[in-house]
Amino acid sequence: MPVMTIAEALREGIREEMRRDPTVFCLGEDIGIPGGFGGAFTVTLGLSDEFGHDRILDTPISEIGIAGVAIGAAMTGMRPIADVQYGDFLFCMMDQLANQAAKMTYMSGGTVKVPLVMRAPVGSTRRGSQHAQSLEAFFTHIPGLKVLAPSTAYDAKGLLKSAIRDENPVLIFEHKLLYGSKGGRSEKGALTAVGEVPDGDYVVPIGKGIVRRAGKDVTIVGKLLTVYRALGAADELAQEGIEAEVIDPRTLIPLDKEIILESVRKTGRLVVVEEDNITHGWGAEIAAMVAEEAFFYLDAPIKRVAAPDTPPPFAPPMEEFYVPSVARVVAAVKSLF
Amino acid sequence: MTVATRENESRTDLLNLYREMLLIRRFEERCNALFLQGKIPSTLHLYIGQEAVAVGVCAALRPDDYVLGTHRPHGHALAKGVTPHSIMAELYGKVTGCCKAKGGSMHVGDMSVGMFPAIAIVGANAPIATGAALSAKMRGSGQVVVAFFGEGGSNEGAVHEAMNMAAIWRLPVLFVCENNLYGASTPVNQIVAVENVADRAVAYGMPGVIVEGNDVVAVREATRTAVERARAGEGPTLIECKTYRLCGHSRSDACNYRTREEEAEWRDKEPLTWLARVLIEERQLATPSDLERIEAEVEAVMLEAIAFAEESPEPKPEDALLHVFWEDK
Ligand SMILES: Cc1ncc(C[n+]2csc(CCOP(=O)(O)OP(=O)(O)O)c2C)c(N)n1
Repeated sequence: MPVMTIAEALREGIREEMRRDPTVFCLGEDIGIPGGFGGAFTVTLGLSDEFGHDRILDTPISEIGIAGVAIGAAMTGMRPIADVQYGDFLFCMMDQLANQAAKMTYMSGGTVKVPLVMRAPVGSTRRGSQHAQSLEAFFTHIPGLKVLAPSTAYDAKGLLKSAIRDENPVLIFEHKLLYGSKGGRSEKGALTAVGEVPDGDYVVPIGKGIVRRAGKDVTIVGKLLTVYRALGAADELAQEGIEAEVIDPRTLIPLDKEIILESVRKTGRLVVVEEDNITHGWGAEIAAMVAEEAFFYLDAPIKRVAAPDTPPPFAPPMEEFYVPSVARVVAAVKSLF
Repeated sequence: MTVATRENESRTDLLNLYREMLLIRRFEERCNALFLQGKIPSTLHLYIGQEAVAVGVCAALRPDDYVLGTHRPHGHALAKGVTPHSIMAELYGKVTGCCKAKGGSMHVGDMSVGMFPAIAIVGANAPIATGAALSAKMRGSGQVVVAFFGEGGSNEGAVHEAMNMAAIWRLPVLFVCENNLYGASTPVNQIVAVENVADRAVAYGMPGVIVEGNDVVAVREATRTAVERARAGEGPTLIECKTYRLCGHSRSDACNYRTREEEAEWRDKEPLTWLARVLIEERQLATPSDLERIEAEVEAVMLEAIAFAEESPEPKPEDALLHVFWEDK
């Protein structure tokens, strides 16, 4: 089976879907310019050679326009995949996402659908505060959007395909340190999140989490980069006799609550790890959900490991302090025993 | 008041335009009364005085063309062919409404007749219209898309991004600015530094056209030209229709930001009076009794629409939970 990076797996997913369905097309900034980058992280590199510049559509730097155009096209028979150069720019198009894409089916009494996909890179990567935020949680608070967060190449391709075939607006968050982009677009400090990706068609269903490592003593829930931080922590903890179960929900909306609850019912302990600011965050939601639905299985308080309530800082020592580390996850787990 | 002499339009054609405008006028007047009686829970932005714009524009469109309305959308929807029954039921909050009571006044629409659910975030419909036009071009459907917005809306960033994208890609979309001189209470000369909104078109590389917005035939002519251009692959047009809202901005607006003299001037050249003069005095194609007959027909439609809305069932409270996501039928 071929081994791929997440960027390659996404590219293959887009390629196969564009071959399969002529209504699928990509739009975004710098995604297909000859001699360009194939998107900021090479995901669309080379696709315009096969599909031309009408279907790999380079846009002006107009985020409201990109979102609005994707919505209008989706409502009239197309299946756009919008490339957001950096997730932070989603804030520029917030109205189109929160008021338009998310509400159109509802406001129309279910008579209109908006099958669009929007891909957005997140994560702190030495670019300072405005190209760094992990802002998935904002969008999990907006009814009408599906929110995906693939952390492996296999899931990236499979979830992307599910997203393209879904009849709703779907946001896919991708972590810059997991892409495995090569050449000039490679990232310092990146993990090699390569994995086996089957050739050809398969999907990963939206709304299904996965147990990345089985364990009986504590449940660690992470997403994107923090799945890997959780796995690193689990390795260290195992040496001290603590068997951690690591869960990657893969889809944030709709959330596979059961996979988390089932694990917590077994382990009695929960740590949630995320790269976003801690207050009012995704971790708080997972903690509240578990407190409501599995309180009597808990043997210890729920712990959140997250970024502090600051914008992402630039200098490497501060950035390392900001992003949850393996050591912080280990410490959080140990505090429960 | 000067009335452009019309020579080519037939009696039937002009009477049809008159009927469509009257339908909107009477619909809006009914809405206002029903609102005051407490029968319509929805807030209302009425289209009284601007009927020639929606009717003139939509008269130049194909049934499968798309229209995107605003927070003031009843006129757009009626002119595009959404039934008065389904709009009235929507305003009543009944399940038979065009949005199954999920939309209300500011979101009326019916995609089966090409009317998008109206978009009440000012200016936000323009990029969506541009996307629909991109889709029409990609699918080779020959459809044209119209985005309506006010002179107030013309200042939204979304509108500028949309116009630029439409122009660079030569998309089949018409940006129709209904300049009714006030955005809520704010006069246009305080918020636009150029004399005409249409003057901005040159900055995007598209034609900018200024139209007497209360003259339905002039609006239709300008739209036809822009539609031809769009269907021929030559790109978008910005059409500015000079018009006037004869009612308040929304419910309970006493219009104290404008003068009664100004209102009287515009009342004298409002779209129905305008067309009636052409029909009866200028071209002598119709008599007052022809217009009275149309009046009676429209009145009958109104009574039916209201009866339909009143007799329709309310949604169940828990229907609020439906349609957050698309549900396959
Ligand atoms: C983005 C946004 N800002 C403000 C409003 C509130 N609002 C509703 S209508 C309106 C005035 C709009 O003026 P104009 O675009 O000229 O349209 P008109 O009301 O004259 O038809 C305002 C400020 C809104 N709905 N959306």
